[in-house]
Amino acid sequence: MSALTFTLKQPTAQRVDMSPLVCQKLQGLDVDAIAAIELQNGKSRPRVDELFYITGMNTQEIIIANSTNKLDFIGKELDGGSISVQGDAGAYLGMQMKAGSITVSGDAGLYAACEMKNGLVQIDGNAGDFLGGALPGNKQGMKGGIVLVKGNVGQRAGDHMRRGQILIEGNAGDYCGSRMLAGTIAVMGNTGRYLGYAMRRGTLLLWNQPQLSATFNDCGSHTLAFLPILFASFKSLNSRFAESAVAFNRVQRYGGDMAETGRGEVLVRI
Amino acid sequence: MIINGVTIDKTFAEAFPMKATRAIITAQNEKWAMISAQAMTGFATSVIACGCEAGIERVLSPNETPDGRPGVAIMIYAMGGKGLAKQLETRAGQCVLTSPTSALFAGIEGGKPIPLGKNLRYFGDGFQIAKKIGGKRYWRVPVMDGEFLTEATTGMVDAVGGGNFLVLAESQPQALAACEAAIEEMRKIPNVIMPFPGGVVRSGSKVGSKYKSLGASTNDAFCPTLKGVTKTDLSPEIESVMEIVIDGLSKEDIDRAMRVGIQAVCDLGAANGIKRISAGNYGGKLGPFHFHLQEIMA
Repeated sequence: MSALTFTLKQPTAQRVDMSPLVCQKLQGLDVDAIAAIELQNGKSRPRVDELFYITGMNTQEIIIANSTNKLDFIGKELDGGSISVQGDAGAYLGMQMKAGSITVSGDAGLYAACEMKNGLVQIDGNAGDFLGGALPGNKQGMKGGIVLVKGNVGQRAGDHMRRGQILIEGNAGDYCGSRMLAGTIAVMGNTGRYLGYAMRRGTLLLWNQPQLSATFNDCGSHTLAFLPILFASFKSLNSRFAESAVAFNRVQRYGGDMAETGRGEVLVRI
Repeated sequence: MIINGVTIDKTFAEAFPMKATRAIITAQNEKWAMISAQAMTGFATSVIACGCEAGIERVLSPNETPDGRPGVAIMIYAMGGKGLAKQLETRAGQCVLTSPTSALFAGIEGGKPIPLGKNLRYFGDGFQIAKKIGGKRYWRVPVMDGEFLTEATTGMVDAVGGGNFLVLAESQPQALAACEAAIEEMRKIPNVIMPFPGGVVRSGSKVGSKYKSLGASTNDAFCPTLKGVTKTDLSPEIESVMEIVIDGLSKEDIDRAMRVGIQAVCDLGAANGIKRISAGNYGGKLGPFHFHLQEIMA
């Protein structure tokens, strides 16, 4: 059975709420029923088949082709199965997803993987601000799973993050790991200002020396036993993180944010 | 049945259900992993008074351990799950957490999870750090030599304890040499431990005692110095009897261990003073698992 494919007929002027098109909601529906689903598109509610060509049958393997950054909420609350986005994704990609996988060949917008609970989100391009963060007003961001970004990410990646791993091959913007509660953010590239601002717990794993705030204290250089286990867990990923050459277990450890509880850490490869 | 001049008694060893777990101890080198493992499995020969039976299963090479360092697999057996969990936690806390450069990991996937480092983390006094990696939870506990890394839980499974056989020899040195040969082969079998000192027990017991406070006492039928004064199981030429006790994850594991052990003893044969192989048999009162010696060696 071939993948259920939604090919965008033409770029939309207004944003589209794609949250109805997730595997668990489409399971058991035939093509006619899927085509009749109405999507919020600006102020109008067009049917799916007005916006997309629909081919394939497998509701547990969805492809969104010709995708643009106007398609929001792709994979919202996804609970198993896979969604492959060919092109860019809009805001709130994989928001609150519980299981399964989402891959994006292009860029993703704001709040990708926000409040995600489990599963895998892979973004081959760049990601916007608040990657894996919490929605405005909420206290906890990402709570589990893995987010892999091959490009750069915007500001406040992992804001209020509670658990899980955010892996960034490129650079991270300002306030990376801000208000983090726990979890791990690994950045191979450079990081911006205010790294780990007000983080309570959690680990920021860096390949390059960051510009640290005065509220992070040097705890010395160490060989940490958990790092080989962490890197070994990346082996199955389609990423530079899976390469043995990038792994290390010797780090400079900075504790902080001392303006908060100071139980967080920034580990920098040495 | 006679193998190389050694009589295999038509009898069976009697074993009973236990709960078991396995843990993997790693360290900077094999020496320190072994020191920690020996400490953790110390004073754990018999559930009669130790609370559990424990032993070193085998040495692990760096590519077999979760953190890529040399390691040792240990197993602990107890009569119940609660007792096993208590023993595991106490021993891990006093013998592994304290041991330089050590780390502690689960050795059994599946089964019922029981705390390994889950509660030891409190030693970190709030500075401990949890890491969930690949679905497993680890704890990083700051200690004076760096960090103690431990997995939160390990698995507890149903197991079999008390498999055994007796080596009857013409002299004490010959009995011991035969047991040493048996243990060397049995240690190559996975999923089993021989919990007594060096794997060998010279004070095999029977159920009950003339003293009301004791649940077990010396197995007088196999004591060579009592040949003339008790209902003995020994013929005149037997001067020493030693026992090997085996705990295993399954009956089949114990079968395998007994087979290679008895074979190693028989390879020495009558020429080296080995006369008989027997087993601890309490008429079926002790446990539901019966290991018939002649069937195992058939």
